[in-house]
Amino acid sequence: MSDAYHDPSNVTNPEHADHHIVTPLQYCMVFGALLIGTLVTVLAADIDLGVLNPVIALGIACTKAVIVILFFMHVKYQSKLIKMTVGAGFFTFIVLITMTLSDYMSRAWGLW
Amino acid sequence: MDNAVVVTHPHTHETAVHEEHHHVALPQHRHHFETEEQQREAGTFGMWLFLLTEIMFFGGLFFAYLLYRNWYYDAFVSASNQLNVTLGAINTVILIGSGFFMALGVWAAEVRKRSLLVLFLVLTTVLGFAFLGIKYVEYHEKWEKHHIPGEHFDISEFVNPPIDAKTGKASEKPLAPDMAQKTQVFFSLYFAMTGMHAVHMIIGIVLLFWLTWRAYYGEFSSGYVAPIENFGLYWHFVDIVWLFLFPLLYLINRHPLK
Amino acid sequence: MSTTSSTIINLPDQRTATLPKRNYLNNEHGLLSWLLTGDHKRIAILYLISITFFFFIGGVFAGLIRLELLTPQPDLMASDTYNKMFSMHGIVMIFLFLVPSVPATLGNFLIPIMLGTRDLAFPKINLLSWYLYLAGGTFTLAALIFGGVDTGWTFTTPLSTHYLNTNVVTAATAIFIAGFSSIFTGLNFIVTIHRMRAPGMTWFRMPLFVWAHYAASVLMVLGTPVLAITIVLVALERTIGIGVFDPTKGGDPLLFQHLFWFYSHPAVYIMILPGMGVISEIVSTFSRKRVFGYTAVAFSSVAIALFGFFVWAHHMFIMGVSNYSALVFSLLTMLVAVPSAIKIFNWAFTLQKGSITFETPMLYAFAFFGLFTIGGMTGVFLGALGMDIHLTETYFIVAHFHYVMVGGMLMAFLGGIHFWWPKMTGRMYPESFSKLSAVTSFIGFNLTFMPQFILGYLGMPRRYHAYPAEYQVLNVLSTAGATVLGVGFLLPLLYLTWSLRYGAIAGNNPWQATGLEWQIQSPPLTENFIETPIVDHEAYDYEWLAHKTQQEVTTVG
Repeated sequence: MSDAYHDPSNVTNPEHADHHIVTPLQYCMVFGALLIGTLVTVLAADIDLGVLNPVIALGIACTKAVIVILFFMHVKYQSKLIKMTVGAGFFTFIVLITMTLSDYMSRAWGLW
Repeated sequence: MDNAVVVTHPHTHETAVHEEHHHVALPQHRHHFETEEQQREAGTFGMWLFLLTEIMFFGGLFFAYLLYRNWYYDAFVSASNQLNVTLGAINTVILIGSGFFMALGVWAAEVRKRSLLVLFLVLTTVLGFAFLGIKYVEYHEKWEKHHIPGEHFDISEFVNPPIDAKTGKASEKPLAPDMAQKTQVFFSLYFAMTGMHAVHMIIGIVLLFWLTWRAYYGEFSSGYVAPIENFGLYWHFVDIVWLFLFPLLYLINRHPLK
Repeated sequence: MSTTSSTIINLPDQRTATLPKRNYLNNEHGLLSWLLTGDHKRIAILYLISITFFFFIGGVFAGLIRLELLTPQPDLMASDTYNKMFSMHGIVMIFLFLVPSVPATLGNFLIPIMLGTRDLAFPKINLLSWYLYLAGGTFTLAALIFGGVDTGWTFTTPLSTHYLNTNVVTAATAIFIAGFSSIFTGLNFIVTIHRMRAPGMTWFRMPLFVWAHYAASVLMVLGTPVLAITIVLVALERTIGIGVFDPTKGGDPLLFQHLFWFYSHPAVYIMILPGMGVISEIVSTFSRKRVFGYTAVAFSSVAIALFGFFVWAHHMFIMGVSNYSALVFSLLTMLVAVPSAIKIFNWAFTLQKGSITFETPMLYAFAFFGLFTIGGMTGVFLGALGMDIHLTETYFIVAHFHYVMVGGMLMAFLGGIHFWWPKMTGRMYPESFSKLSAVTSFIGFNLTFMPQFILGYLGMPRRYHAYPAEYQVLNVLSTAGATVLGVGFLLPLLYLTWSLRYGAIAGNNPWQATGLEWQIQSPPLTENFIETPIVDHEAYDYEWLAHKTQQEVTTVG
């Protein structure tokens, strides 16, 4: 009802998305994917892959997190605003990590 | 006329009529929102902003973990191998299951099935309790092994690892005493991170009781799903934190002597 | 200022003027109607009262500090007591006054009205954040009564975790709780600004006040939780002895500094950005011009918020961070000067060829320009690596951040309070007294803190209660200035209270300003607008206002 008089940039795109109902079947598939991910993480940890071990573990964890965010948390069907909000959170987290690490990594380089 | 800014717009009157209509139709609609849609989206957006703060809240801990894991890798490996992978994996599955039922609960609210919604919320709660129960068992084990940081922290097991009966070799790579001291950093982070996570679970379970009670009385069976949906976001976020905690704390290097 | 040509004050005829019969102040009665209110305007008033209370508590500590520093010898209090004084001063002023000052009072009151909506998105969370603020304040007072805390407001580890026997955990709890209060305020603002704007209120029609609050809210939401977890870790380390920051157990105290300043540097922008928003409104209104370079000023707020996350380690140059990293952080720090300068220059261009009048809010705004510029420029000194090593932990840094925080934010806060006082209460403050207090606080402020620049440059360290006799002249000047400054801050408390009953009736728009808030009655109705406004003009459009006023006259006539 609001579109008749509202300003377009206000309620319509990009801050607006229709309510989408995710079906139980999709949820079941996500559930299955998460369980497989857990299994693979545990199994992969027992194999010595050197430097790849943490990479694989984090890769699987990130994939699982993305799946949860997209489907369980409905972000796939949300407006651009919500997607950007989620992105902003991880961006700030990465700023925290990289900027702090810039100190820790270069500390051993010594004085000028 | 005092309060109107520009009153020439032809649709203004209709707006008022529509609002009246909404007031009558849906009791949960708050007066300061123009439309139901606006209220729902504001709620979701607000919840996501809150989750941003949660990302940064745990972010500080994850950074501390990253730093000390690089500094004291050997101590982190030995200490991590003291954790029980089986229990950790079971807990991961339990938590994923709990999140799954929560997601189904959101669906049940969306399709307005009251009894299904209550059932799923109860299942979510039960699995939440199961998670905390297993967590308690794990914490208790740490307590008995003197792996709780503080005055009674004991590093002897890391300096002189117990001998494995079958192979006759040390079950773990022995650490030099100064490195063994650093296992305390691992356990500090372990308790801080899983503790903060558990606190979030407990808050979530309290909220679940309240929501289940309201769902039982049919509050969320008339198309008003926002509280269920937003709580679902919180619950899934707590799950995601655990999805990272599990590999980072339990699975650093499970094959030191292989 | 008495002639009509030099003022824009446009009050209704006082013999016939009355306050609106129904408004948010008298809509409901009784204490409970205030304590359980969801109305953003009432919550703003609650905040205003509690913030003023804590401001004067913090002020008492400041006064005692200056009194102790009157003489080189430690004669008024013991060094422990002095440590507690400056710690409590810092904690109270930063967490209980500066961070919530403009957002929680003026922002709370004005943002919904400026956006043309009836309330913030989450009124109950808004009320909750006030209660959290009160809880935080109570814990602070408890820490104070049970013997104070002497870590400094920075809670430096391992000092705070291992060596001090004061109420660190109580104070930490206070800050944790107050932090959530500011998170909820910021969250509420962001959602309101995104989702509650009136029809036609596009992003670039919003007043700059709203833009500034948007940027500050983003900082609150993203920065504060990092402080929260840091504080939790400090408390855990103190109580059960975990080893995250403890060097004896392998922890790194610098990690605490990183995490602490990751919040506490952006916190500086949380404190100053809303003040900048206030100044934009005041400058435009009293020079009768659209803010020069509206878009640039709007984006400079966002840029300050963004850059704010990339510069924190400049607080740690002498703490042993890597030289290379320090270099990067130093360069990035210089970058923040750019958006700040954009604002100052754009305000200056707004003044150019404007019809400037010097009402009290404008005096405060001018004070802000001067003091904030000095504070900002000295910040560039401190951001430069070499200078910082000489100047940090001296009175230079104390003077620098007081120029920004008190000279900038407090002047903006007072300017804003005077500017919107007629809207909040429906009555005018006494113009002559308020001008006197603006001038008094400007003089007092400079007298207090200008000598501290010199003291710091000469090498007087901060946080000591005794000093060599050669510094006494400048310290006496500073203490004398603090006395004047104190008078300058007490005066508004007195005459603003007086004006609640005896002030002239202000009418809807005493300043002939363009903001939506000035187009409704003063004090506003509980629901702000009878009908949802439809915005068809940009912010600061004085021609639109003139046109509208003209039309009103014709319809009446």
